[in-house]
Amino acid sequence: MVPLWMYLLVAAALFCIGAYGVLSRRNAVAILMSVELMLNAVNINLIAFWRYLTPQNMSGQAFAAFVFVIAAAEAAVGLAIIISVYRSRRSVVVEDVNLLKG
Amino acid sequence: MLELNAQSIGFLVFSVFTIGGGLGVVTSRNLIHGALFLILSLFGAAGLFVLLSAEFLAAVQVLVYIGAIAILIIFAVMLTRSMTRLSEVFNRQWWLSAVVAVGLFVLILVGVILPVFGGMDTASVAPDVATTVDLGVALVDGNQYVLPFEVASILLTAAMIGAIVIARDNE
Repeated sequence: MVPLWMYLLVAAALFCIGAYGVLSRRNAVAILMSVELMLNAVNINLIAFWRYLTPQNMSGQAFAAFVFVIAAAEAAVGLAIIISVYRSRRSVVVEDVNLLKG
Repeated sequence: MLELNAQSIGFLVFSVFTIGGGLGVVTSRNLIHGALFLILSLFGAAGLFVLLSAEFLAAVQVLVYIGAIAILIIFAVMLTRSMTRLSEVFNRQWWLSAVVAVGLFVLILVGVILPVFGGMDTASVAPDVATTVDLGVALVDGNQYVLPFEVASILLTAAMIGAIVIARDNE
C-alpha cells in the first residue's frame, strides 16, 4: 500500500492551495470553491487516518460523512447569500460588499 | 522508493488530478473553467477514497459534490455572469496570502507529516476493514452516531429553508 504520509502530503498541499484561494481571490464564488477544496483536503485526511489507524472502527468514515453534510449546507447558504448580494449590489467582488464596514 | 503496482500508479494519477484541479480552481480567470477544474479535483479525491477502501464515501463524493455542489456553483457563476471574467483575479494582498499558504504548508509538513515520514512498512496496516454495512449501522446505532446523524438532518433542513429565504426575490 501507499504509505500514510503520501496521503497526508496530498491533503496538506490541497488544503494550502485552498487557503491561498480563500485569502487571495476577489470573486466570492471563487472563494467558495476554494473552501470546498479545503473541506476535501480535510476529508482525505480523515479517511486516510481511518484506514491506517482504526480501520475496524467507523468513526473516521462517519466524521467524513458529516463533513459532506456541512459542505453541502455551506455551499447552499453561501451561494444563496452571493446571489442575494449580487441582486442588491450588482457585484460579487468581496471588496465591494462593505455595507457593514464602519 | 515506491514500488510500481496498480495501486501506487492510481494514487499518483488521482493525486495529480486532485492537486492540479485545485491549482486550476485557484488560478483560472474564467470561473466556468474554475468550476470544471473543481470537478476534476473532486473526482481525484473520490479516486483517493476508493484507494483507501471507502467506496461508499467515494460514491457520495461523486453524487453530492460533483452532482450537486459543482452544478450549484456553475449555476451561481452563470447567474452572476458579468462577474465571470474580472480583469483582476487576485486582490492586493495576494503575495501575503501566498506567504501565509506556504507557511501553513511548511508548518503542516514539519508538525504532522515529518513524524510519520518514512513509515514505508505498510504491512502492519490491517487488511480487513469495516464495510459500508458497518458505516450504515454506525450511523443509526443508538450507541454510536444516531444523535449527530439527526442533528445533521436538521442542519440540512435549516440550510435549505435558509437558502430559499435568502435567495428569494422580495418583490
